[in-house]
Amino acid sequence: MTLLEMKGIHKSFGDLEVLKGVDLTVEKGHVVSVIGPSGGGKSTLLRCATLLETVDAGSIAYSGEYAVTMESGRAVYASPAALKSVRRRFGLVFQNFNLFPHWSVLRNVMDAPVSVLKLPKAEARDRAMGFLEKMGLADKAGAYPCQLSGGQQQRVSIARALAMDPEILFFDEPTSALDPELTVEVLRVIRSLAEEHMTMVVVTHEMSFAAKVSDHVAFMDGGVVVESGPAAQVISAPTQERTRKFLEGFNQL
Amino acid sequence: MSLTTMLATMLPGVGRTCLLFFLTAVLSLILGIFVMFLRQSRIKPVAAVTKIYISVMRGTPLMLQLLVWYFGPFYLFGWSIRGYRFTAILLGFVFNYAAYFAEIYRSGMGSVPVGQNEAAQVLGYSKGQAFIKIILPQVVKRILPAVTNEVITLVKDTSLAFALAYQDVFSLAKQISASQTSFMPFLIAGIFYYIMNYAVAFAMDRCEKALSYYTI
Ligand SMILES: Nc1ncnc2c1ncn2[C@@H]1O[C@H](COP(=O)(O)OP(=O)(O)O)[C@@H](O)[C@H]1O
Ligand SMILES: [Mg+2]
Repeated sequence: MTLLEMKGIHKSFGDLEVLKGVDLTVEKGHVVSVIGPSGGGKSTLLRCATLLETVDAGSIAYSGEYAVTMESGRAVYASPAALKSVRRRFGLVFQNFNLFPHWSVLRNVMDAPVSVLKLPKAEARDRAMGFLEKMGLADKAGAYPCQLSGGQQQRVSIARALAMDPEILFFDEPTSALDPELTVEVLRVIRSLAEEHMTMVVVTHEMSFAAKVSDHVAFMDGGVVVESGPAAQVISAPTQERTRKFLEGFNQL
Repeated sequence: MSLTTMLATMLPGVGRTCLLFFLTAVLSLILGIFVMFLRQSRIKPVAAVTKIYISVMRGTPLMLQLLVWYFGPFYLFGWSIRGYRFTAILLGFVFNYAAYFAEIYRSGMGSVPVGQNEAAQVLGYSKGQAFIKIILPQVVKRILPAVTNEVITLVKDTSLAFALAYQDVFSLAKQISASQTSFMPFLIAGIFYYIMNYAVAFAMDRCEKALSYYTI
């Protein structure tokens, strides 16, 4: 079953064309890693998928429910009500967490389920505590984000996204703002989600993580997907010269 | 004149100063929100006019603005409005202070990272919910020190209402001092303003402490 289908995505900022016709398909239960050099358009692709940016051309559908379609050569967005329902299908974990600093950890995780999904408070709290426990942060429920380490903040933000019960979860370089030793604890959490068959799209520079955890890898450069395929193939035996160069650069580090 | 008589004579002035202060503070803090939104309006002429309004309010003396509000209707339109004095004073103060507050709000809004709004949007909060629940509390925390400064200035600025013969503490002090050839009324007025500002600073400090449980 296809959870996400993006087709022919074009996006420009002014004169700068950042996405030049990108396709991305994600099957239920799969983990797709998006790799590639900085400036290649990975974040922009995720921001288009999560409706933070509007595309210039292309279509985006979640489980067959269209957010954007092409009509006579133009990208046309669905009605606000339809987009609201599409938004319930995905979650996004930001590079810099974007936790709400004025709320406790627990409130960060349970507020959207109450305010947006209209869950009863007691139920939302129980579920939030469940996710915090899963993240190993049950004892931090009453703390404020400023009292947590980066790794802990990122795990709270994963719990916050999970609490909305998304069908698919996007991560934009979830460990890039973290020290190496904190990176591990976040990658471990994402890996455990993969083992539970959570559908995920992860933009990452952690090649060994991408190789081990993902089903598919897409290599993006210059606003296009240069190469995509099974993780083992793309990372160990890339067919494209640009992919090979990029990965070689990594191995030399 | 005994000290007690002096105090009793000045008491109504205390009431008028407090009235002008509280009305101006409440109304301009609210009007400032609207001015901030107009200032950022996507309709260019609206934003431009609001910008000019703010710049005039900040670039000319408040006392001059009070005179314009009071005498303007007569000189410009030949209207003489009965019982207009207090309204004119209030209009002058509220429109002046709203301009300052609008700029404080604007900088406060600008200092909240866009990621906060984006996180709220992805989680499905409506624009209104995101503003009220997530952005506004952080704006309040950020602008509190600047607002405190303005409010303290307002306490002292109320004395400018003497220009329109408003019988506040300051005007009464001047009159009594002249008629009694005494320095005492000025001392009393000074002590009054000081105590009032002390109370304002104390209250605002409480607010800041209440919001200090987190850092941004
Ligand atoms: N909001 C924006 N306005 C203008 N240019 C942007 C904006 N966002 C991204 N870009 C540009 O688009 C290109 C791709 O950026 P990005 O998607 O962040 O790449 P990546 O995540 O792969 O590093 C870069 O050249 C970047 O400068
Ligand atoms: Mg990026």
